[in-house]
Amino acid sequence: MNQLSPVPPDALAIEARALRKEFVRKDRRQGRRRVAALADVSLEVARGECVAILGQNGSGKSTVVRLLSTLLLPDGGEARVFGYDVVRRDKDVRRLVNRVSVEASFFKKMSPSENLHYAARFYGMTPSETGVRIPEILERVGFPPDRRGEPMENLSRGMQQKVALARALLTSPVLLLLDEPTTGLDPRSKLEVQDFVREMRVVHDSTILLCTHDLGEAESLAERVGILDRGELLALEPAADLKARYGAETLEEAFFAATGRGFEDEHDELDAEERKALA
Amino acid sequence: MRAVTEKPRRSQAQAWHLRSLKHELIGLAGVVERNVYLTRRYIYWDLAFFVWTVANTLTIVFIAKGIEAGGGQIDVDRATTTLLIGAVVWAYLGIIFEFLTETVAWERWEGTIEYTFMAPLSRAMHLGGSGVFAVLYGLVRAILLFVVVALFFGLAFDDANFAAALVILVVASVSFFGIGMMTAVLPLISPEKGAQLGFVAQGMLLVVSGVYYPVDVLPDWMQWLSKISPATYALDGIRAAILDGAPLTSLWHDIWPLLVIGVACIPLGLGIFHRGEVYAKRHGKLKRSG
Repeated sequence: MNQLSPVPPDALAIEARALRKEFVRKDRRQGRRRVAALADVSLEVARGECVAILGQNGSGKSTVVRLLSTLLLPDGGEARVFGYDVVRRDKDVRRLVNRVSVEASFFKKMSPSENLHYAARFYGMTPSETGVRIPEILERVGFPPDRRGEPMENLSRGMQQKVALARALLTSPVLLLLDEPTTGLDPRSKLEVQDFVREMRVVHDSTILLCTHDLGEAESLAERVGILDRGELLALEPAADLKARYGAETLEEAFFAATGRGFEDEHDELDAEERKALA
Repeated sequence: MRAVTEKPRRSQAQAWHLRSLKHELIGLAGVVERNVYLTRRYIYWDLAFFVWTVANTLTIVFIAKGIEAGGGQIDVDRATTTLLIGAVVWAYLGIIFEFLTETVAWERWEGTIEYTFMAPLSRAMHLGGSGVFAVLYGLVRAILLFVVVALFFGLAFDDANFAAALVILVVASVSFFGIGMMTAVLPLISPEKGAQLGFVAQGMLLVVSGVYYPVDVLPDWMQWLSKISPATYALDGIRAAILDGAPLTSLWHDIWPLLVIGVACIPLGLGIFHRGEVYAKRHGKLKRSG
């Protein structure tokens, strides 16, 4: 992939300037109105860095991920991935990025092996390449060999998420966008995913942007932690600095101090439909 | 901000384009491969649907015998074959439309749409893969349907030019593919109603293209619409080839409009789909639903 979209050695992995996104929502009481999902978000992530973004449901985390993976067009500002503009050079960006989201998202009747084979073709991998790499990668993520031919719908959520990780690993992304990858997983699967993230950085030199609800996960994996609240990035710095800035002993306290709300609280001003739309 | 704005240098451009083309073609093959996997997994659905199509076609084709039984003076075998060709071409067209329209609708239902749209594959190849599979799958289904129903009625085709009929069907497929791309955009911009609107477009073609009756019987304004429908020329050419054994050379009056419509429809379809994709990305419509 990188032969087609080379990564400039001095380029930042992510550069976002005043990134803005709004969605139109229809409401019985208020009619059509624009709801800000992101408001002038700016951030920089260096190559090889792992940055975590914390935020409640509807805070705009997934919108950031979708903008960087070219699935949304910004309403204002600009963003680059390794120097490639996400709007004007979207195909270059897509060659360098992959994503693991909270939903595993596979063809449910197809097996893990079939899902991976066809997904790899989209990244230019030939059958001879995938014939070797897919069994290797499935073994690496701890997927049992005797279940590789079963339909995805027969697999547990944890198993499906392992296949999602394998799909991301298969395409050797230089930037990996993780959108709540451990939500809903049992503790063991969660640890396995976290180990995988560490390995991606060490072995594959991947840059990681991790959007999560899990404060411990953010603190243990990321060099810097950002707090995104109602579409605004309130802070982005090492967890220790964040705690010091707000005089907090824990990341949860720092989050509370920054946003004025507890981490588990939902947005009072957004109804359930809006939160779902903005998630 | 430091931006990458330059394409590779001219000296490297040729190798870059070749590599890029290779990736695109592998991606196109990937869409075909995926549809083969899915067809294999849903094989009983396919068999059930095929039986339904055979039953539906028999219902239509029996109309010829019904007219004779009611005292009508017609060449029953010719009328039966005319209706059979209409039903088979219609079934084929339906498959092309279904596969292309469901390129988006199906992925939305499965929840894979965002992964497909963030893959580094051009939309032409993505839709092209669906189109190639649809044509291959549709041809197999159409030929099987034709053979089964023809055997049922004991039809003989001593003078038929099946090769010419097949050429016409393949040439027409280009136009069907282009129109299919236009309807494929509907589920993209309207997740809830898009697929249904695709059926509306398909139904409009059915009415104006002379699938089961000559277009001469239509009102003038509908006859004008029949002139821009590729199905009109496909049916006319295929009927001439099978019923009268017309050689390909004498079917040029059907082939050239199909080529013109095809050449116009492909870029138009891609352009419309591109605009729909931009709209969907602007308004957040790609997100999984269902």
